[in-house]
Amino acid sequence: MSNMAADGGTVQGKTGTAKDREKALRMYKFRKEYLGRGVVTACGLFIIILTVAIGVFLIIRGTGTFTKFHHSVAEFLFSSNWSPVDSATGSGGGVGAAVYIVGSLLTCGLALLFAAPCAIGAAVFMTEIAPKWGEKLFQPAIEIFVGIPSVVYGWIGLTVLVPSIRDVFHARMGGYSVLAAGIVLAVMIFPTITTVAADAIRSVPDYYRKGAYGLGSTRWQVIYRIVLPASKTGILTGVILGLARAFGEALAVAMVIGKTRAFPTSILSPTNNLTAAIAADMGNSANGGEANMALWSMALLLFLISMFFIALIHFIENRSAAALKA
Amino acid sequence: MTISGTSENIEQKNTADLCIKVENLHLYYGQFHALKGINMEIPEHEITALIGPSGCGKSTFLKTLNRMNDLEEGVRIEGKVTLNGTDIYRDMDAIELRKRVGMVFQQPNPFPKSVYENVAYGPRINGINRKSELDEIVERSLRQAAIWDELKDRLYKSALGLSGGQQQRLCIARTLAVEPEVILMDEPTSALDPISTSRIEDLAMDLKKDYTIVIVTHNMQQASRISDNTAFFLLGELIEYNKTEKLFSIPADKRTEDYITGRFG
Amino acid sequence: MNNTKMMTRIKRAKRVDHVMTGVFFAIGGFFLCLIIVLAAYIIIKGILSYYPGVFAFNAQGIGNQLFNTIYLVFLSLVISVPIGVMAGIYMAEYAKPGRVTKFIRISIESLSSLPSIVVGLFGYLVFILMTGARWNLMAGALAVSILSLPSITTTTEDAMRSLPKSYKAGSMALGATHWVTIVRVLLPACLPRIITGVILAAGRGFGEAAALLYTAGQSTRINWANWNLTSPTCPLNPFRPGETLALHIWVMRTEGSLNPNSEKIANFSAAVLVILVLAFSLTARIMTKRINQKQVGSKA
Repeated sequence: MSNMAADGGTVQGKTGTAKDREKALRMYKFRKEYLGRGVVTACGLFIIILTVAIGVFLIIRGTGTFTKFHHSVAEFLFSSNWSPVDSATGSGGGVGAAVYIVGSLLTCGLALLFAAPCAIGAAVFMTEIAPKWGEKLFQPAIEIFVGIPSVVYGWIGLTVLVPSIRDVFHARMGGYSVLAAGIVLAVMIFPTITTVAADAIRSVPDYYRKGAYGLGSTRWQVIYRIVLPASKTGILTGVILGLARAFGEALAVAMVIGKTRAFPTSILSPTNNLTAAIAADMGNSANGGEANMALWSMALLLFLISMFFIALIHFIENRSAAALKA
Repeated sequence: MTISGTSENIEQKNTADLCIKVENLHLYYGQFHALKGINMEIPEHEITALIGPSGCGKSTFLKTLNRMNDLEEGVRIEGKVTLNGTDIYRDMDAIELRKRVGMVFQQPNPFPKSVYENVAYGPRINGINRKSELDEIVERSLRQAAIWDELKDRLYKSALGLSGGQQQRLCIARTLAVEPEVILMDEPTSALDPISTSRIEDLAMDLKKDYTIVIVTHNMQQASRISDNTAFFLLGELIEYNKTEKLFSIPADKRTEDYITGRFG
Repeated sequence: MNNTKMMTRIKRAKRVDHVMTGVFFAIGGFFLCLIIVLAAYIIIKGILSYYPGVFAFNAQGIGNQLFNTIYLVFLSLVISVPIGVMAGIYMAEYAKPGRVTKFIRISIESLSSLPSIVVGLFGYLVFILMTGARWNLMAGALAVSILSLPSITTTTEDAMRSLPKSYKAGSMALGATHWVTIVRVLLPACLPRIITGVILAAGRGFGEAAALLYTAGQSTRINWANWNLTSPTCPLNPFRPGETLALHIWVMRTEGSLNPNSEKIANFSAAVLVILVLAFSLTARIMTKRINQKQVGSKA
């Protein structure tokens, strides 16, 4: 095996010319540096390509509703007339996805309403009030929460929550409801919010707290007036990440929402949402047809919403960084 | 390392025992002018000490001799450094240079591997894989670094379990295994206790038979104990460079005198 | 006068503090109870639903689904680990601050927050519709590997960045190239942390369902006597449909399955799945603890 020390150390003696030596060195550097660097660089760039590819494919596929079938974006977003033609070529149906969009907004809003206060409270508890417990009991508990697969959450919703809601509230549709979906989602996004919020609270410098205690504040005053405002940006980031997760969750919601194509009349009535509709119908619709394309438009909408949340997080972080500098 | 019959070689013979020659070397960290026009000739098979107060540029200068400064962002170099007549910045590859000019760091930095693997690392990356050959190199290097007897029974245990002084001598053995011409030592004893320090000093004196050694130290006793030549740096400039006994007994520059008599630094 | 006012204010502040402390304890206690109840419910319900043959490798048992789950996650790791680790190496060692690096970071962040159903649809489009294939394990594995790629990349990058700078300096000073330094010194030094990250990613992979709905398919048919890799019933053929355990729960509980045991199967599958996932996250947790102890130990 040729190598540099063997030819390197004796290059001058053995073969002599500077050209040979340079060539050997170049070969050596290629094998021992540029090849590896090239491969890992390609892998780095692959991540960009993959992300762009996902975006581009979804855009191409998802805009078919508007280009191929000439529906307006406004119809898609605001009309509740969902009657796309499900055949390979037919067209002329309605593609109003308002019911699904409202379903998604309602369930996620409800989930946030349940989860955010509790999750932030839990974050405060595990960092400010019982940090030792927090380390020993809460961290593993949160990991278990995260570890339970979403389908299992849906299954619990189906076997526990739906019958309970039916029996307690005498809901007409047997318990399948916005409420059930909201609760399932709340349980799912709570660990996300708690983890991010707890990190933000932990990063508040201790001398803030000491300063406030030194002025005679109670613990609650320190938390409420000093710690929470100082970790505001991080907590907000956690809430947005939780919301993003709720918007993207598919099967757990699909199992409890009832999949009824109508606006809900109360939180006890069933409805449908973007992800559940895609999960249920994508495979049954004729490829390339109006119904199929409308579902792809809904997938594109989900993609855009997830991008929007990321942009929002960056916007908030940049703004707070700028505020710190000013 | 046998070198024969090229023009390079004649030049080397003419300059006799000159090893490294530095001509008008400037170094910038971004806007900061860290080394200002250094000229210095470092002779072969001798120990040359670099002294001066912290931040005077002595460590920075040491790193320019095997281009470790290439690894840092925003460093710019002007001037010329030659090793046996070859310009190390223009006519030599950094990888090749570092095989010929090894370095021992301030903090002992063994890899998280066994003692054996630490020493065998250099030969291995140079393509030596035969067990018998590696065994021989490992033993020879550890013996040269005067640590064979202490470590021969735990060659296959992690190097991270050794004491600081042992780790540092292991790092010296690791450097020796590559068979360099020059060994750079960047305050190699500053993290060690007095006994370990004197062992490393003895080792350095022993090694100069076969190697050229350049050592950065903040300890003037150390410089006067072990070195043949001493260079005094201040604020990025080489103030004075002379035979060690001369520099310490009759310093030519007032600032050198102030420093070695402890009036500042 | 003023003094009494102040005293009442302090009293009120203290009372509020007590009340709020109580509220926080209630929230904390509620969540601990909730997770204990949930976990207990899943596992007890699973045990109660046990019937002989539940593990069988046929339509009455979940053996095939369990095998598919493990095989699919294995395939996905074979794809995502090399790419993720190498991309992580690039980000930690070679990426220079600039537009490309920033773009990679944004991409990683975007990928990690994509809804899994969207990734599943991308997989459906590219690996099923565009290749004209049937549902298959490989398509599912590719979709899952897209989901685990960002976390493996980030774990690798973090692990490499947390290594002491002196490792790199020591190796480079011996005349090693940057790449040789990475392969021989840096990567071995942070391998345990990377493996921990991979175990966590595997755990998440087991529970994935939405991304597999339209890639791996919702059915499975395996002939355990058939070892012809090209046959659609060979267990190891990655191009056969392969319903996983998570999907099985979905199918058993939503599609009005004709299987008389569907409810029991779903209950039992949920318990097995949760135990599988928790076993993996527990392993990762223990490994992390060991690594931290080792690092503290070596410093002393």
